[in-house]
Amino acid sequence: MPQEYRQILKYADEPGYTPDIECYLRHGGYDILRKALAIPPRNLADGRIVTGPDHLRQEVMTSGLRGRGGAGFSCGLKWSFVDRKSGKPIYLICNADESEPGTFKDKQIIYKDPHQLIEGMAIACYANDVHLAYIYIRGEFAEGAKILNRALKEARARDFLGENILGSDYDLEIHVHRGAGAYICGEETGLIESLEGKRAYPRIKPPYFPAVLGNNTGTRIVSISGHVRKPGYYEVEVGKATLGELINDPAFGGGLREGRKLKAIIPGGSSAKVFKAGEKFKIKRRGPDGKDAEQEIELLNLPYDFDSLIAAGSMSGSGGIIVLDDSTDIVEALANISEFYAHESCGQCTPCREGSLWMSKALQRLTHGEGREADADYLMKIADNIPGGRTVCAFGEACSWPVQSFVAKFKDEFVARGAADEENRTRRNAGPTAVGKLPASS
Amino acid sequence: MSTATPIETKPAPPPSDKLKVRVNGKEVEVPKTTPDPVSGKPLPTTMIQACFIAKVEVPHYCYHPKLPVSGNCRMCLVEFGTPAIGPDRKPILNPDGTPKIAKAPRPAIACATPLSPGMEIYTDTPTVKLMRAGVLEFLLINHPLDCPICDQAGECKLQEYSVDYGQSESRFVEAKVHKPKRVDLGPRIVLDDERCILCTRCIRFTRDIVGDDALGIVNRGSHNTLTAYPGRAFDNNYTLNTVDICPVGALTSKDFRFQMRVWFLKETKSLCTSCATGCNTVIGSREEKIYRYEPRENNAVNGSWMCDHGRLNYKWIGREDRLREVCSPQSTALSPQSAVLSPAERWAVAVRGIAEKLKHAPAGSVAMIVSARQTNEEIYLLAKLARALGALTDSVPRILEGDRLLLSADRNPNSTGARLAGIAADPMGANLPKIAEGIRSGHIRTLIVLGEDVTRHGIGADLLGKLETLIASDILPNETTRLAHYLLPGCAHAEKRGTFTSTKGRVQKFMKAVEPPGDARPEWEFLRELASQVTGQAGAASIEGLFNQMAGEVPGFHGLTWSGLGDTGATATI
Ligand code: SF4
Ligand code: SF4
Ligand code: SF4
Ligand code: FES
Repeated sequence: MPQEYRQILKYADEPGYTPDIECYLRHGGYDILRKALAIPPRNLADGRIVTGPDHLRQEVMTSGLRGRGGAGFSCGLKWSFVDRKSGKPIYLICNADESEPGTFKDKQIIYKDPHQLIEGMAIACYANDVHLAYIYIRGEFAEGAKILNRALKEARARDFLGENILGSDYDLEIHVHRGAGAYICGEETGLIESLEGKRAYPRIKPPYFPAVLGNNTGTRIVSISGHVRKPGYYEVEVGKATLGELINDPAFGGGLREGRKLKAIIPGGSSAKVFKAGEKFKIKRRGPDGKDAEQEIELLNLPYDFDSLIAAGSMSGSGGIIVLDDSTDIVEALANISEFYAHESCGQCTPCREGSLWMSKALQRLTHGEGREADADYLMKIADNIPGGRTVCAFGEACSWPVQSFVAKFKDEFVARGAADEENRTRRNAGPTAVGKLPASS
Repeated sequence: MSTATPIETKPAPPPSDKLKVRVNGKEVEVPKTTPDPVSGKPLPTTMIQACFIAKVEVPHYCYHPKLPVSGNCRMCLVEFGTPAIGPDRKPILNPDGTPKIAKAPRPAIACATPLSPGMEIYTDTPTVKLMRAGVLEFLLINHPLDCPICDQAGECKLQEYSVDYGQSESRFVEAKVHKPKRVDLGPRIVLDDERCILCTRCIRFTRDIVGDDALGIVNRGSHNTLTAYPGRAFDNNYTLNTVDICPVGALTSKDFRFQMRVWFLKETKSLCTSCATGCNTVIGSREEKIYRYEPRENNAVNGSWMCDHGRLNYKWIGREDRLREVCSPQSTALSPQSAVLSPAERWAVAVRGIAEKLKHAPAGSVAMIVSARQTNEEIYLLAKLARALGALTDSVPRILEGDRLLLSADRNPNSTGARLAGIAADPMGANLPKIAEGIRSGHIRTLIVLGEDVTRHGIGADLLGKLETLIASDILPNETTRLAHYLLPGCAHAEKRGTFTSTKGRVQKFMKAVEPPGDARPEWEFLRELASQVTGQAGAASIEGLFNQMAGEVPGFHGLTWSGLGDTGATATI
């Protein structure tokens, strides 16, 4: 039986654990920063010097630590892309603009264990020669911003931030910046624009094709919501639990409510492609003999990791699992999701700007008695023109994937809804029957 | 606020390395880098630039070669591939020895994607066409489609690409997004937000070229709306350029709005005459009436832009009170028979009369004030005449405030020409008090004035009254023309051909767009007649010949020829 494996949230929910620095220090807080700052430079045989920060970066590279932002990109590799020769200052930004529907993991850390975040940032900053860092926090997290600011003040008072930290000669300042209240501020380049005081328009980037990734390591916090008995956040070892276990296990979601059957799962935040209950996937997996073999896997047996979900045609994305049982009106559910994305599109690029609202309007029609039988195909055609590199940022995918997957997998429900509306309209338009109508007098 | 860079001739980039790519199978060699349109810094050459070199059109809305890239419209999406690299880091070869191309799994925007060696760009695959059709459909769903009343109709990129990639029927059945229709952005610009496709060209031009952060987008998603900074008018001296670069009919010029369907306009290559920069223009006219000036690209002078002041300074050409009739004491003496003289006879009488006067004028008794708004050829002829007569000459300086983009502090279009030909004093205007003094003392008896009201420049009506002969040529009536014994109606530049020399020494020619009113004639024509009658030398009878003759005689113009000026001019030695 998989269990929660709490690393990041180790203390967060312990009774009596408070977000102040005293409590954090009692739990060994800032020890690692202290250690990191104390790593002495080493002289190599060839005369080069490995500084403390060099050493830290090497450690992170070999540790296999990966980003938790959905793409699971190697942290060490990302750091290796930083241009350290330009002489320009290097900044670190913590993206705390958690906005994907169905996702509430970062919030736990910020509200319950802010010093852990600050210490982590301080180590990353030291390793990368950063002297100024920002926490870009979602505008709606007003309380979170307060908590962080209080924590920063405490850390400064204790010499963990500011000038000459712990006598190490290293200076660091961290500022909290409250976001502008838009989903797109969480897109990394949109965030930077916003931080610079500009409109959060994501930047155009050179074409980039994600490299093949190795194995996942560490833990991940998943947010389980929707029709489960125990919605909440659970920290698990990556790849150690299946989707079914996360939903049904008493240690996690605790199963569906009495008498309900599973209808669908959105596995990685609301933009992830939906899975239909009962789906099976053919997935290549490495067998004990070391050879890749195609295996058929049932939806609930899918290991909840980055690669398996991609292989099944969706993604683990933000780690937000939304469970829909058979009481769900699937057309309404999609209308709800689409309305969100139409509202949040930044509007910079044409396909997403126009397509997101178009899909939402069609779905509003369909859920308000004005549907058409043809709307399923209509929606699909709109959605097909948005993703796949046509847009500036991945929001194009985020707004079209739900429509593509919902309509493809539950097409009968969309068609039926539209057909019913058409029938109703025909009946209404036919008007009262001719019975009782008097012949025209002559 | 971003800092804008004035447009100027950039030093040619050092011979940059070349790169070979293929566009739809055709190999082209392109420079590795291309200068950034704003900073001039070398930037990697992009796919769209390679396509342009290969003469393959890539439809685009937001891209503009003179602006920083934005990459928002997505109309320029193309497919591409790059040479496949094997595990040994060497290119994989096809059986025939050519490099194997790995097609990219996703499309790229041609306007922003840098080239790499051996890259293959595909602009006409079925996928590319589908993507374009998709983008176009998205652009049109909320577009008001008011082409019948839209000023852009005929030069609209939406219309143009709809013909190429659009569908004849819309499948859009939802309610359109409505936005403000007649937004008064500033004194010269009206915005229709429903027509705006949010390409941000106008924003980038205003911010990055002009240095004015006046425009921006508010709201979100499909409700995005272009607007000026709240409470501030969009009012710099370059606002009308946004009308030119707006790919649709969202930004319209208050001056030109609803005046004329663009396809009725005749286009004539011309120059702006409102300052010494010499911006290249196109005059739009119909039936001898001018409707608009637009900038014409000349990277040595004005890039693709012109200022609002110069652009709107054309209405005087069509004024009702234009000088129409050539007048001379001789034809007046013949009155009332003068009315029966033909215009040609009236001109002949007047020119002969002036020539007689000048031939008998004692040396030093003639002075000339020649506007630096006259053409090089006209100034040249007058300078010749002045030398023959030993006349004191000058021009009238016009120095106001300039800006760091285009507008020159010198508001004469041809000060340099006046200097090169030796008509203007150094500094310009230094001889004006001397001429006034000469008239007062009585040894200047004859004054020739071209294109100036000298009563506003220190030679008042009282002085003019003392002259034996006042010869004036102008376009509009003023105090000087009113007092003239000989009045020779001249032409606006739009009514003749000729050349000006800009403040930086660019010699540029302009063409005739409309007919002059009444008797009015290009000044060079009657000046040539006058000069030949006075000096006895015939001189060239065509503007081309006259220019070439001048180039042979005036050192600054040596080596130039009329045909060699082309559309964008050549540089004089100043
Ligand atoms: S894809 Fe959407 S959110 Fe992203 S830049 Fe384009 S319009 Fe904005
Ligand atoms: S007004 Fe014209 S130039 Fe400006 S953003 Fe809209 S379409 Fe583009
Ligand atoms: S800058 Fe000078 S030449 Fe150019 S348009 Fe303005 S007034 Fe005319
Ligand atoms: S022209 Fe390339 S995205 Fe607009």
